[in-house]
Amino acid sequence: MTTQRRDVVITGIGIASSLGEGIETHAAALAAGGPPVVDTESFKPYPVHPLVALELDKQIPKKSDQRQMEPWQRLGVYTAGLALDSAGLKEDAEAKSALQVIVAAGGGERDHAVDSAILTGLRGQNEPGAFLNERLMSDLRPTLFLAQLSNLLAGNIGIVHGITGPSRTFMGEEQAGVDAVRTAQARIASGQSDLMLVGGAYNAERRDMLLLFELGGFLRQGRFAPVFARDDAPGLITGSASAFLVLESAERAAARGAKAYAKLSAAGADRSRRTTPGAVEAALTKLIDGFGAIGPDTLAISAATGCAGITGEEAAALKAAAPAARRIAVGDLVGHSVEAAFPVSVALAAIALSAGQAKEAIVTGAGHWRGEGAAHLVKA
Amino acid sequence: MSTHRDAKGRPLVAVTGLGVVTSLGQGKDANWQALTAGQSGIHRIERFPTEGLKTSIGGTVDFLFDGSFTAPQLSEKLATLAADEAVAQSGIGPAGDFPGELFMAVPPVEMEWPQKQEMAQTVDGDVDYDGLLRAASTGKFRPMHELFVFGGVADHIADRFGTKGSPISLSTACSSGATAIQMGVEAIRRGETEAALCIGTDGSIHAEALIRFSLLSALSTQNDPPESAAKPFSKNRDGFVMGEGAGALVLEDYDHALARGATILGIVAGCGERGDGFHRTRSSPDGKPAILAMQDALDDAGLTPDDVDYINAHGTSTPENDKMEAMSCAAVFGERMAKLPISSNKSMIGHTLTAAGAVEAVISFLTIANSTIPPTINYTNPDPAIALDVVPNEARKAKVRTVLSNSFGFGGQNTCLVLTAPPEAA
Repeated sequence: MTTQRRDVVITGIGIASSLGEGIETHAAALAAGGPPVVDTESFKPYPVHPLVALELDKQIPKKSDQRQMEPWQRLGVYTAGLALDSAGLKEDAEAKSALQVIVAAGGGERDHAVDSAILTGLRGQNEPGAFLNERLMSDLRPTLFLAQLSNLLAGNIGIVHGITGPSRTFMGEEQAGVDAVRTAQARIASGQSDLMLVGGAYNAERRDMLLLFELGGFLRQGRFAPVFARDDAPGLITGSASAFLVLESAERAAARGAKAYAKLSAAGADRSRRTTPGAVEAALTKLIDGFGAIGPDTLAISAATGCAGITGEEAAALKAAAPAARRIAVGDLVGHSVEAAFPVSVALAAIALSAGQAKEAIVTGAGHWRGEGAAHLVKA
Repeated sequence: MSTHRDAKGRPLVAVTGLGVVTSLGQGKDANWQALTAGQSGIHRIERFPTEGLKTSIGGTVDFLFDGSFTAPQLSEKLATLAADEAVAQSGIGPAGDFPGELFMAVPPVEMEWPQKQEMAQTVDGDVDYDGLLRAASTGKFRPMHELFVFGGVADHIADRFGTKGSPISLSTACSSGATAIQMGVEAIRRGETEAALCIGTDGSIHAEALIRFSLLSALSTQNDPPESAAKPFSKNRDGFVMGEGAGALVLEDYDHALARGATILGIVAGCGERGDGFHRTRSSPDGKPAILAMQDALDDAGLTPDDVDYINAHGTSTPENDKMEAMSCAAVFGERMAKLPISSNKSMIGHTLTAAGAVEAVISFLTIANSTIPPTINYTNPDPAIALDVVPNEARKAKVRTVLSNSFGFGGQNTCLVLTAPPEAA
């Protein structure tokens, strides 16, 4: 192969969750093992991890920009700004014109009041189509559509932070986050890019997303329980969270004297056919084995969902492939953040390495219905 | 075996299979015949009532289902048909065992009104989301989860065609189809995969989707006659017309394709992409991101503007896009732009949104293969501010070896592809 293999380092981390914002807050939570912030009342019977209140003005100075976005977009733009700040690139126009962005995104929030009123009104309508047209034409906010388009998180990051490099948006639940990190790492390792901003954002405090997961029976009800101890009632407890990472070629980072939080040595993804038990375990084991020997003093950061079957398979894969690793479930700290889950997990791994909590880290995740991913980080 | 590399020492990316479905029909032959005859696929929408709507026309694909269906179901069907055609033409791999990765541009989907209404029927009293959640928790509506997750369509396509690895579902708004191709090119250049199935699909014309674009004043309201509404580069253009369709391409490492004796249909020689931090829906007035994206694509291909024989325009028929695109092309191609042919497939098939970049790449390769440029139809009232050779109204015979295909989208997405004829002597 003609492709070069270059070292990829993480030089910027932006993170916000129910625990707070920033690197130090999350380093402390990793060291202490929690406790998580859980709201069991607002969306009863579904517990969620609510986002800490953010001072949006610090990263999104214009109110007009804030108004053009929905909560998940504001959260993502905010943490992308934190990442650029931590990488020392916020004011670097040249870097921002070269910076390539990959965002793992879901969809926009429905207007719950409008939907509810229309669904109620549609009952007994003789001409439901005409009624629906009339109500949508008058009740939908024109700008809501833009706040709903998946690629507009990337668009807003560009507008608010002045990034004129290109962006791509990956969709597809948890695996979007895995593929975003994997693709960004591969582009730099192969020499196709020098500088990438990659991440995702998820707002858990919305009933339309709870509805999608509950349709498939994927939500845990009732009280919080640790991810790997939900046998009584398996399922997701979603959490509002976002992480963005600045990935950079080691040469570029060294040339500008940037601090590297960690080296992202590998990231991989697979999609097992979950028709036979053990398929997820086999896929994750293969991905971890691809990283080579896992040394002592390794942290295993798991983005496991807590869903039935696959969570046990992930635990088994970790036990087999990295028996000595100390395991931390991201869901026990900040909840499950779907598209953002894998970027958040990689960010937490980098934070732990940077804080001296381990020398090496593996990150794993199996999507609630499809897709497996893993990453390997070492101390920079 | 000799290895072929491009000007930058990377693997050449060959195209060995093409497939397309649009409102003009299913398959390359039906589409090519209609496109070169200057036919329009735009018609009055009958899929849902259009009473009270300012726009009542579209390029919907209405010949695939008898009963009702959702956007993800139609998008999956369109993608399946286009990919079937492309994979069959390429002759690559055993059936259902595609030896490469999947890159898919899919429309963002969400629960649609008929499904919500179905659930609402089980709710007593006024409907709210708590009521819908209670209905969901009964487990009676379980298939809706897999229907409406974003990764669903690509997952089903991956199963059907047996693609390898983790399938990518992506969106870069109206340049998504081109991005799917670009990602396939990059993966092959990295040596991660020897083949890639790249698809753009969009079957998402339903009432709310149309209304959302309508509320942004993006759509043409010249409903009568429907086939005249899409008129890119015309003075009286007033918005785009929504369309549906899918385009699929089998990309392959050129040497891999040669080694198995495949017919090489063309080369994806270069890709360029730029962001635009100017505005959420409007392009930078100076056209700078579009200019840079075109220049990047040419540079990536190791070519110059003089090498381009034809531009497959983004050409949406909105006042702003067409003006910006013409100005940007003039900046890249200079005086040559006055006589360089540029046409918009959207004049006939409408704007196929997520699919457009892939659909138009397929048509660009057909343009090369057939030495014929499809016209820009409905060009009866030229915009004097935009002096272009839009190949007005009638197809034109021309030797075309190199095409620049433009895609620009909401959110500052600009993606350009340089597509070339197969190398003459391998």
